[in-house]
Amino acid sequence: MTTKLVVGLDGHKSGDRAVDHATMLASLIGDCELIIVYVVEWSPYSFQTAEENEQRHKRREQEISMAMERVVDPAVAKLKAAGVNARGLVRHGDVASIIMAIAEEEGAAQIIVSRSSEGGFVNRIFGSATSNLVMHASVPVTVVS
Amino acid sequence: MNFFKTSMLSAFATATLPASVFAQEAMTLDQKVNETFAAITGPFVSFIFAPIPGTAFPWIVMWLVIAATVFTLYFGFVQFRFFKHSISLVKGDYADPNDAGEVSHFQALATALSGTVGLGNIAGVAVAVGIGGPGATFWMILAGLLGMASKFTECTLGVKYRNEYPDGTVSGGPMYYISKGFSELGLPGGKILAVLFSIFCILGALGGGNMFQANQAHAQIAGITGDYPGWITGIVFAAVVYAVIIGGVKSIARVTEKVVPFMGILYVGAALIILVINYDMIGWAFGQIFAGAFTGLGVAGGMVGALIQGFKRAAFSNEAGVGSAAIAHSAVRTKEPITEGFVSLLEPLIDTVVICTMTALVIIITGQLINDPETGLYVLDGSRIATVDGNTGVALTSAAFGASISWFPYVLAIAVILFAFSTMISWSYYGLKAWTYLFGEGKNSELIFKLIFCVFIVIGAAASLGPVIDFSDAAIFAMAVVNILALYFLMKLVKAELESYSERLRAGQIKKFKH
Repeated sequence: MTTKLVVGLDGHKSGDRAVDHATMLASLIGDCELIIVYVVEWSPYSFQTAEENEQRHKRREQEISMAMERVVDPAVAKLKAAGVNARGLVRHGDVASIIMAIAEEEGAAQIIVSRSSEGGFVNRIFGSATSNLVMHASVPVTVVS
Repeated sequence: MNFFKTSMLSAFATATLPASVFAQEAMTLDQKVNETFAAITGPFVSFIFAPIPGTAFPWIVMWLVIAATVFTLYFGFVQFRFFKHSISLVKGDYADPNDAGEVSHFQALATALSGTVGLGNIAGVAVAVGIGGPGATFWMILAGLLGMASKFTECTLGVKYRNEYPDGTVSGGPMYYISKGFSELGLPGGKILAVLFSIFCILGALGGGNMFQANQAHAQIAGITGDYPGWITGIVFAAVVYAVIIGGVKSIARVTEKVVPFMGILYVGAALIILVINYDMIGWAFGQIFAGAFTGLGVAGGMVGALIQGFKRAAFSNEAGVGSAAIAHSAVRTKEPITEGFVSLLEPLIDTVVICTMTALVIIITGQLINDPETGLYVLDGSRIATVDGNTGVALTSAAFGASISWFPYVLAIAVILFAFSTMISWSYYGLKAWTYLFGEGKNSELIFKLIFCVFIVIGAAASLGPVIDFSDAAIFAMAVVNILALYFLMKLVKAELESYSERLRAGQIKKFKH
């Protein structure tokens, strides 16, 4: 049976290290598929103007294609070139919950993420996406620093 | 011009703009703007507020209430039967996770609410209670509850018949559902009604959605800083609105979006605190509301006076039947247009039944309205009820809150200005949609409307309240004349949607998603 690993990218350089680590794991496992995930941070409970609402569908498409082009596709191409079985996904929502949900849907054996390079006040109070993932995920999480 | 309007205007004007102001400003720019404006808009205003022959009851109020009652009965009290389901939809229980990133039901509701929650809830209610007495509150709540069905009807149609463009943007609202719906049913005149609605919508956007807001924001600022010419406030407001709608300065709009809901919560929170402090008076206040609703408790026009005030202010505040909300709600991404109808029916509930009632209760409980203890009737000052400091309008609400929380009038002043601003931004969008329906979408056409909108902010702030509130009410109600007429023809389309959806919901085909 193919072992699935979910790799969460945040568009930063550190993501490359997560991909490298996953590649190494994949080569050890053998029959393995990497699912590269990028989550566009979004909340259904935010407040928007009527004009933003009107444009929302168009913006969403743009956000998805931009994330695919800039982050997910290059990573998937790199993995495929290295002979690793991989595919990419872009979703909207809360980063930690979406990555957990994908891992569950796919029956993944592990989640691999990089340590978020962003800090700041909000993260200190509510925790970063990475720490939320580590605390709440139902599968093992590897944090690459 | 009927009695309640004249009395309301004089009452409102004396409170916000003292006589000395008029004297000082004689022959000033403000005065000239005011006179010209009143002369131009007069006939239109008189027609909209004409009383039903032989009564003092304006036909337009009857028109709105009858419509809300008809929709309530026709859809079998949809606002109560589907209330729980509406809450579920707003919470996102039925939102497909694959649609994440699209406009949610919550967002569409919040956007529409930021256009309706505003001065109507603060100033409008004070006018209603100040003239119609506590009894006006009862009729206001009733109108709010009935209005939920009007909102449901128009917003379902707004989503069902919106235009979706190849680039993914959408445009919706009464002008679209009137023209498309009528042609689908093979009815003539859809295009004419749609054009007529668009014209009134532009006037409504410039009136209630703009001039009234600018005017009251100026009254608030002048109340704190002392009197100064209105056009100065107008130019400042116009510059900020210009920066947002033409300059594309998103940061201002973004700040407002976040602050306005917070202000709304703060307002209701403060009202609740005042109610808790005076908990022993709540029973008495409701007693006054019920007694006043059926006897008037001495107010001008008695029970009918209370009823007119309540109905009229409810309609102006929640805009049910006006058609504006249908424009705001139409951007939601859903496979079932009727779900947006269910969500939208919460709007009059939050706006009128909750927020407006809070304002009214605070005014009543803090004893702002002078009551004769011997007769139990309210003491009249002209045609309005005498108040503790002679306040009406925003000033009355402010005094009521200030009676319990001394610093709250300052918060209220900021809230009024922010509400005015957010309502202006919302209405600039509604007006723009009507404008582009008439003149086509395009950068230049849009720019012309936006510039006109900014100019009217200056006029609104400079003119005195009388002609402004007249025109604002009239323009917004004129939208309701066309919209409701069309809804009577189109409501069977909504009924078909409702029956199909209820059937599938019962059969378990409409599924909740795990989140």
